[in-house]
Amino acid sequence: MRTIVCTAALMFAVAAQAADIGQIKSAAGTVHIERVGKLIAAPIGSTVKQSDKLVTGADGTIGVTFLDNSLISAGPNSVLVLERYSYDPTTSAGRFDASLTKGTIAVVSGKMVKQKPESMRIRTPLTVMGVRGTEFVVRVDDSGS
Amino acid sequence: MILFSGGPKTEEMVVVLPSADGQVGSVVVGRGVGRVVLDRPYLASRISSSGIQQTETLTKQSVLQEFRTTLAALPKRPISFVLYFISATDEPINEAKLELNKVLAELRERVVADIVLVGHTDRVGSDEANDILSLMRSERVKSDLVRHGVAAERIRIVGRGERELIVETADEVEEPRNRRVEVFVR
Repeated sequence: MRTIVCTAALMFAVAAQAADIGQIKSAAGTVHIERVGKLIAAPIGSTVKQSDKLVTGADGTIGVTFLDNSLISAGPNSVLVLERYSYDPTTSAGRFDASLTKGTIAVVSGKMVKQKPESMRIRTPLTVMGVRGTEFVVRVDDSGS
Repeated sequence: MILFSGGPKTEEMVVVLPSADGQVGSVVVGRGVGRVVLDRPYLASRISSSGIQQTETLTKQSVLQEFRTTLAALPKRPISFVLYFISATDEPINEAKLELNKVLAELRERVVADIVLVGHTDRVGSDEANDILSLMRSERVKSDLVRHGVAAERIRIVGRGERELIVETADEVEEPRNRRVEVFVR
C-alpha cells in the first residue's frame, strides 16, 4: 500500500512539472481547468498542459493556441480533455489526441498535421476523427446525462 | 423520428469548413470500413446514438449560426513577418522599419500575443560566427520591440545561424534574402 501511495505522489509531482503545451488566448464566462484532480482558474494568458480537462459552463467559452499553431476553441457546456500532446519544433513532428465528451469545439490544425496528416486525432463518445487539415467543428449532444 | 425512445438522446456532428487561406482540408470520421472522408466545405457527418453515420452538405449560414459562439472563441491565427539585415551586422535594412510597424500593429490586435524571433544569416563567415550573429539579430529586434512597449517576457529569441537558407548558395556567398529575422506572432 505504501508503494502505491508513493507512486501516486510521484505521478503528481511529475504532472505538476509537466510542460506547457499551449496558451489560453480567449476565455469568457464560466470556465476552468481540471488538472490532476484539482480545479484551477483559466484566465487569458495562462497555459495548458497535457492531460488538462477544459470545462465550460452554460455561458463559457475558451480558446487555446498550441505550440504547433493548432487552435482549438470550446463553446458553452463543453468538456474537452487534452489527452496527449507532443511536438518537436525542429521537425514539426508531433502527436495530438484530444477528446470531446460533450459540447462543441472549433479546430484549426497546425504544423504537425501539415507535416503528417492524421497526427491529430479527436475522439468523441461515438467516433474518432483523423485530421488531415485544416478547419472543422464538432458537436456532441449529451442530453442523456 | 425517435428510434430509441426512453434512452439517452446522443447525437454527434462533424462539419468541415473552408480554411482562412482558401484551402479545404479534410477530416476522416470513424474507423475501419465505416470511415468517411469529409473533404468539401460544409460537408457534415452525423452520428446517431445507435452508431449510424450519415453524410450531408449543410448550408454555410446554418453552420455559422449554430457554431457562432464557438467559432468566435477561436484564437487569432498565428502570423509571421520577415525583417532583413545589412551584411555582417545586426543592423536591419531601412525597409525593415515598415515591417516592424506591421508587427507592432498586429501586436495591438492581440490580447496576449507571444512572439518568437528566429534569426538567420547568409553563408559569409564561419558557422560559429553566424550562430552568434543570427542571435544578435534576434536580440536587436527584441530590443526594438521592447523599446516600443512590448513586454520582454513575451518574446523568445532563437538564432539558427546559416542552417535555414531561403536561397541555397555556396559557402561565403553574400545573399540578402538569407540575412533575416523571422517574427512569429501567436
